[in-house]
Amino acid sequence: MNDILQGLSQAAQLVITGDADLVEITALSLQVSLGATVIASVIGLPLGAWLAVNRFRARRFVIALLNAFMGLPPVVVGLIVYVLFSRSGPFGVLGLLFTPTAMVIAQVIIITPIIASVAHQAIRELWADYHDLLISLNATRGQRIRTLLWDGRRALMTASLAGFGRAIGEVGAIMIVGGNIDHATRVLTTAIALETGKGEFGMALALGFVLIAVAVLVNLGVHFLSRTERGSRW
Amino acid sequence: MKLTSLALITGLALAPIAAQAEILRLSVTTSFANSGLAEVLLPEIQKDTGIAVELLIVGTGQALALGAAGDVDAVLVHSRAAEEKWLAEGNGTHRREIMYNDFVIVGPAADPAATAQTSLATEAFAKIADTQSAFVSRGDDSGTHKMELALWASAGVEPAGDWYRAVGQGMGAALNTAAGMDAYILADRASWLNFGNKAGLAITFEGDPSLFNQYAYLPVNPAKHPHVKAEAAQKLEDWLTSPRAKDLIEGYKIADQQLFVFNATDK
Amino acid sequence: MVSSILPLKIEAVTVRRGGRQILGPIDWVLDGQGLTILMGPNGSGKTTFLRVMHGLERVGRGQIAWNAAAGDVRARQAFVFQTPIMMRRSVLDSIAYPLLLDGVARQKAMTEAEALAAQMGLGGLLNQPAQAISGGEKQKLALARALIRAPDVLFLDEPCANLDGRATKEIERILTEVRAGGTRIVMSTHDIGQARRLADDILFLHHGRLIETGPKAAFFEAPKTPEATAHLNGDLIP
Ligand SMILES: Nc1ncnc2c1ncn2[C@@H]1O[C@H](COP(=O)(O)OP(=O)(O)OP(=O)(O)O)[C@@H](O)[C@H]1O
Ligand SMILES: [Mg+2]
Repeated sequence: MNDILQGLSQAAQLVITGDADLVEITALSLQVSLGATVIASVIGLPLGAWLAVNRFRARRFVIALLNAFMGLPPVVVGLIVYVLFSRSGPFGVLGLLFTPTAMVIAQVIIITPIIASVAHQAIRELWADYHDLLISLNATRGQRIRTLLWDGRRALMTASLAGFGRAIGEVGAIMIVGGNIDHATRVLTTAIALETGKGEFGMALALGFVLIAVAVLVNLGVHFLSRTERGSRW
Repeated sequence: MKLTSLALITGLALAPIAAQAEILRLSVTTSFANSGLAEVLLPEIQKDTGIAVELLIVGTGQALALGAAGDVDAVLVHSRAAEEKWLAEGNGTHRREIMYNDFVIVGPAADPAATAQTSLATEAFAKIADTQSAFVSRGDDSGTHKMELALWASAGVEPAGDWYRAVGQGMGAALNTAAGMDAYILADRASWLNFGNKAGLAITFEGDPSLFNQYAYLPVNPAKHPHVKAEAAQKLEDWLTSPRAKDLIEGYKIADQQLFVFNATDK
Repeated sequence: MVSSILPLKIEAVTVRRGGRQILGPIDWVLDGQGLTILMGPNGSGKTTFLRVMHGLERVGRGQIAWNAAAGDVRARQAFVFQTPIMMRRSVLDSIAYPLLLDGVARQKAMTEAEALAAQMGLGGLLNQPAQAISGGEKQKLALARALIRAPDVLFLDEPCANLDGRATKEIERILTEVRAGGTRIVMSTHDIGQARRLADDILFLHHGRLIETGPKAAFFEAPKTPEATAHLNGDLIP
């Protein structure tokens, strides 16, 4: 209990003094997680919509696979990405291991299934509503998907935010592929793991509170942005 | 509007961190990182040599594995047998001893196993086993773990039973566990002194030369991994074995205690 | 004008759902000009028949053939559903939507949609969310959305079911204009007065079969079947 209060006050102190290290790792956390969320959304949202709209043989199988991938342990993803991008691995020549790019790649793999799956659910409901109308208006497949993505953007925003939440709080995979290198790949979660390891619970908790605050702020920011969007009251 | 800002974020995420200095990746053990010495040395290294050392803080096994895979340029660890095996497999060019620190036995301040009354580490271990006092083991195949196993072996004890807890984690996490259980644990002095959550623990045994912990620097073999920065690795080695490094290493103190003894010799 | 998508030939078409035959067999040809009213009691198959013609229902036996030489026939038909389907868009965006699908420039589509909305009495609601307007307003919006492409054939499934007298009159006025403009209209209704006012000819469905077809005058003055007679008298049909 005391630790928590101490952590809170330490967090406040770090934020108020604008601690340079804190700013750096928080910025990298945001950069990596937002980058991964954008890329995963570009892949996952249309994939979810496509799965909702199209009927094909392997559809159930693909959806089952997607749901299974949602539960993929991040450590396993981290290991796979590590093995792929290690100098001794197939993509070693790219020299991406222990860079923010590798962290983004790992997070994209982790959160794309989540985003696609939530999007699939949301778009399936919308598609049930729109089906007859879009068929009647002779919309092409591409037009149907684009319409569903646009009109379902509120729900899709939620899908992306779910992905972001998972990304920013993730530690197992980025620890392995990023290496938690000071001033290079250290982010909030890996810093928390490090401080915990040192027995510095106060500092670890302080960083934890900053992490929670960042996640909440991003969510509020996105909702604020979408609320001010003209004429949207859905 | 929104799309361009998204693209910008994506671009930022993908852009490699701009390299102002030459970067050298060095895998080190958790215990070395926890000592805090790196924070003193790295800025000086960058000042003197222009090399920005990026530390990958992992267990001994992983530190060597990263070197074997060519994912780091050099390795700084403390587990002689493993280092020599690693060299024999052609993973590195050579082994250079830099410095040593020592391990200590940490336990409940009341010392229920009376380890303080012994003069050899093996005797202390035997007493812990005799009294079945709780003991936390790293259990992660790290240098510290290997040292602990070697001590049990020479004490003639097969560590097993309720009192013996292998946590399979780093030094800090293992110390946290020991603090929580009021158990004995073998720790390197630096990690112990830097550890923030000492609770009711204290050093109960120290000073036996068999507890000395030799750190060695091993550059990755450029013949095996042509992309490694062999030249920078050599420059770093020269610096680490220089009188300047000696002053910094021996001058590094926590709670007024010197942690490391510099013992690099000329090649 | 390019060649018409008519005639539509329906030959021995049947629809089975839930293990029973809910429509047909039906033989009918949709051609020429004018407004055809589809009548029949609840569950007689009006909605199903309209959807079959528009290609929204999988048919069992039989054939439906538009004038294939006319190219893409679906784009030149429009359908107003019994329960209006409202998109998560504003009223204006909803009306413009079919034009945007056709690749019409956004500005032009908006201008056209705005003009049509004004004509349909939706001018004051342009920026309202389509899902938030009243039931009658939704009906009008659905009609406007169906008309904006100036279809060759317009299907309407009980378009005035939720409307008050005044709004019904307005819709009837618009439909009369649309018919005068050369659009072939097929619509279902339970409103016998409306059928008398609008229809050129009548189709009467009973238990999924077309049991009576013909010009309005003949149907209302001398129905040939007891079912139609009973329906017109408001009696219960056995
Ligand atoms: N998908 C379906 N599965 C089973 N039965 C169906 C299905 N669709 C329609 N039916 C049945 O087919 C019959 C005709 O339905 P339809 O909706 O065409 O009637 P309608 O003439 O439009 O009725 P109303 O005047 O109530 O709108 C009804 O008995 C209905 O229950
Ligand atoms: Mg109906």
